[in-house]
Amino acid sequence: MPETTRETVLRISGTNTRKCMLCGKCSGSCPAYDAMDYRPHQFVAMVERGEIAPLLQSKSLYACMSCFACVERCPRGVQPASLIEALRAMVLREREHTRLPAQLIPELIDAGTPQQAVVSAFRKLSK
Amino acid sequence: MQKIGVFVCWCGSNIAGTVDVGRVVEAVRQEPGVAFAADYQYMCSDSGQNLIKSAVKEHGLTGIVVCSCSPRMHEATFKKTAAAAGLNPYMVEIANIREHCSWIHKNMEEATEKAIVLARAAIAKVLKDAPLTSGTTEVTKRALVIGGGIAGIQTALDIAEAGFAVDIVEKQPTIGGRMAQLDKTFPTLDCSACILTPKMVDAGANENIELFTYSEVESVKGFVGNFTVTIRKKARSVRADLCTGCGECTEKCPSRKTKNEFNMGMDTRGAIYIPYAQAVPKIAVIDREHCLHFKTGKCGLCERTCSAKAIDFAQEDELVTRNYGAIVMATGFQMIDPSGFGEFGYGKSKDVLTSLEFERLMNAAGPTGGHLVCPSDGRHPKHIVFIQCVGSRDTSGCGKPYCSKICCMYTAKHAILVRDKYPDVSVTVFYIDVRTPGKNFDEFYRRAVEEYGVQYVKGMVGKVTREGGRLKVQGSDLLNDRQLHLEADMVVLAAAIEPDPTARSVASMLTASIDTNGFMTEAHPKLRPVESPTAGVFLSGVCQGPKDIPETVAQASACAAKVIGLLCKQKLVNNACVASSDPLLCNGCSSCEKVCPYGAITYEERELNDKGVRRTARVAVVNEAVCQGCGACTVACPSGAMDLKGFTNQQIMAEVDAICR
Amino acid sequence: MNYYYYPGCTLKTKAKALDASARAAAECLGVTLTEVPEWQCCGAVYPMAQDEVAARLSAVRALLAAREAGVPLVTLCSACHHVIKRVNADMAKNPDLRQKAANYLGLSTPYAGETKVLHYLEVLKNDVGFETIKQQVKHPLTGQKIGAYYGCLLLRPADVMQFDDPESPTMLEDLLRALGAAPVDYDQKNECCAGYLSLTDPAAASRRTRAILTSAREAGAEALVTACPLCQYNLSRHSGGSLPVYYVTELLEAALKGGNGHA
Repeated sequence: MPETTRETVLRISGTNTRKCMLCGKCSGSCPAYDAMDYRPHQFVAMVERGEIAPLLQSKSLYACMSCFACVERCPRGVQPASLIEALRAMVLREREHTRLPAQLIPELIDAGTPQQAVVSAFRKLSK
Repeated sequence: MQKIGVFVCWCGSNIAGTVDVGRVVEAVRQEPGVAFAADYQYMCSDSGQNLIKSAVKEHGLTGIVVCSCSPRMHEATFKKTAAAAGLNPYMVEIANIREHCSWIHKNMEEATEKAIVLARAAIAKVLKDAPLTSGTTEVTKRALVIGGGIAGIQTALDIAEAGFAVDIVEKQPTIGGRMAQLDKTFPTLDCSACILTPKMVDAGANENIELFTYSEVESVKGFVGNFTVTIRKKARSVRADLCTGCGECTEKCPSRKTKNEFNMGMDTRGAIYIPYAQAVPKIAVIDREHCLHFKTGKCGLCERTCSAKAIDFAQEDELVTRNYGAIVMATGFQMIDPSGFGEFGYGKSKDVLTSLEFERLMNAAGPTGGHLVCPSDGRHPKHIVFIQCVGSRDTSGCGKPYCSKICCMYTAKHAILVRDKYPDVSVTVFYIDVRTPGKNFDEFYRRAVEEYGVQYVKGMVGKVTREGGRLKVQGSDLLNDRQLHLEADMVVLAAAIEPDPTARSVASMLTASIDTNGFMTEAHPKLRPVESPTAGVFLSGVCQGPKDIPETVAQASACAAKVIGLLCKQKLVNNACVASSDPLLCNGCSSCEKVCPYGAITYEERELNDKGVRRTARVAVVNEAVCQGCGACTVACPSGAMDLKGFTNQQIMAEVDAICR
Repeated sequence: MNYYYYPGCTLKTKAKALDASARAAAECLGVTLTEVPEWQCCGAVYPMAQDEVAARLSAVRALLAAREAGVPLVTLCSACHHVIKRVNADMAKNPDLRQKAANYLGLSTPYAGETKVLHYLEVLKNDVGFETIKQQVKHPLTGQKIGAYYGCLLLRPADVMQFDDPESPTMLEDLLRALGAAPVDYDQKNECCAGYLSLTDPAAASRRTRAILTSAREAGAEALVTACPLCQYNLSRHSGGSLPVYYVTELLEAALKGGNGHA
């Protein structure tokens, strides 16, 4: 497993979780909320408390659309999406955690699927 | 030969925790001119001051240096101590080894070194100190209050009650300010107008108070006790001495498309108008920008209608210049424009309102006569959502970093008023924290929940959208771990409050400082909360920081007490550290005169004896009663003629030399 | 008006219409787009992880090429624009990333964000001017009720993208108005279409696009425009043909030249 300290997540994400004032605007904005087990505001709170392990198992890492609504609307300049991205990167950097093996791709695309979709999905879900 | 005493204060552990005071004492003993040095735990205490007094007598000291906190804190204390010991108070210098040293350093070695250097500089300066004496000036027994809201009215009434003349300058055509726009007041729910209008009437009728409405401060000169202010009375195009306030003209005016400021632009008014029924003074005013007569030269219906013959299209702005002993800032606040937060849909849907707009919508004199209807189509709402902290506690750039303080309470008030009048309307409040520190405040908020069934949701709204003719509110409900999607008919934004934009320009005329948020700075945040750091300028109400009505009124009266204290004085002792010009060096260039903010420098023809040679020259002369010792002239003077007593160029250079030694 | 132009992979394959219409319209408007020589895929997603250097390099290469040519770099695909603009900001503001990128690329002078990155629409708005475009329209889209769909990548985070008001953007509407169309305002225009999740979680894409399409349709839109191939794909896939989704450049070309299927 990757190293699971709060400091690692903060360093990779470049985010300061202490700025959070627990308003919940991130989770009030998130379009993927219902698909998440841990919600954007919980990522901020749990990283701040150093509870990293459960987040590494979270399905939210693969539900986040990286739409940056939480980043844009946060009144305090916290970036929940960057925390999610950092945690996802930490998981995927362990080779066995690749979520999107290349051989799966043919079943996932149709004639119109743009390259952009495939490339982004690869960048987000595999290493 | 000067004999200097140096007194090093520990300030408990504030200084002694970081500075080795013993070493400082040892070091300064070696300095030339130092006849005595000692340290003590609290130099400002009685026993500390006695230590100084007895040292002065015992060792025949001619000057003293106190190494302690900022001179802003205790310079006056130690000057009094010196005077009590028979020294001229201007023979005292303070070396600030707390704010400038111990508080900002961690390393004891370095801090001690720095403290020694600062002490050395102060010693170098005191060696060149000369005894100074202060002059005195008269105090003009009249105060000016800028802003005629509840803060300005209360301050003016209190000053007037004490027997002093006071003028209120208000940019709107009526006094009353924001409070006049409120429907009910928390936590008692008494009607805002009912408690405000008697005060407005009192202010209008009080013989010591003169109102300058529809007026602005044009310029300010002078200093504490002796300000000269020019007020621009904008042309009302209506003669105040003739208008009876009957309102006939306002009904006849054919131009009806101007947004009514009093109702936050939710309805319209005529080009000639009286802001509202209880306006003081109740005199009509023509808004020239929208008046047909001024736009096209035609019309003139009001003139024909007015039986008092009060309409005067030719009226011009009038400039009034008066002297004041004290000036009160009471410029108040406005609500931020929440369009910067596009996610809440303000400006996109008419049913998204600010709290101040909602206040008018609930008011019997408001645009709907007090009937709560959706502004978009006039339907009766079923569900209203309130969003708190819109732009408050927000460091993202669009908002304000501070808590606006009043929103939690007025939102609870709005919720109660809705539920009380319309039990069929459900109310949801999104909050981050509910802040209710005030007498009977939390009880009031709990009533909203317990008696009125208002739904409080801990969380913030992410987005408000228009859907199916209604609004949809998407937000988080943190305590129940869910995202809410609520249908609503109205959304009310508790938008942050900010200082009225006029405060900035008035403050700069007064050379009074404002903070990063545009609020006026106090002389001391705890101990001098109603005084500006600029002598003679006082602060009343929200111009100093967010406040509710009770706090505003309390501060307004406190402010009045300070003003009365000043106006009661027969004479003010001047600053002895004033500029003076050496006529033999002066080249008559007028540079000093141009930079002097107080008009203290004039030029005169003088006959000079220049090393035996008689000549006549045009030279600068400083009026010591007017000079405030700011030093701008000494810097501007190209010939080195101008100097500041107590801060002479020689003294400054001696300090610099001592530091660089 | 000379620019380096970064088309990106998708515009060379599945979104050829976006590329072709943009080039044709540019030519009409006197905008010279020179394709960046030997460009590489930008990676399609901006690497938010601060320690991810390699994923930023292809953007840096394109930016370097424009720096050397001394011209602004124009992008069109929202994803490319997002990646390149944000990497440019990283290079300008983050000395650590800048040095690491320079080490990887063997640069003697590190790349420090000198290139001006412009979206094609920004060139139209600020350099050509919508008023000029309006005058050049030969086949106005009169009466066409069109919803502008911005999506996420052009707008957010606004402090870096500086494209438009992130919550109430109007740039596409202003352009549509210049083309003679009647833009339709709706509140989901800046909400996510689910992006790349459409590959692994089609249900999520379906939910998101339905919300967007419903909102646009309810506001009276008869078509949507976008600048992003993935948004275009997700939206048209779920609209069931009820609401055609065009690239904004297609309508631009049609208005300028006529002949396009839509106009």
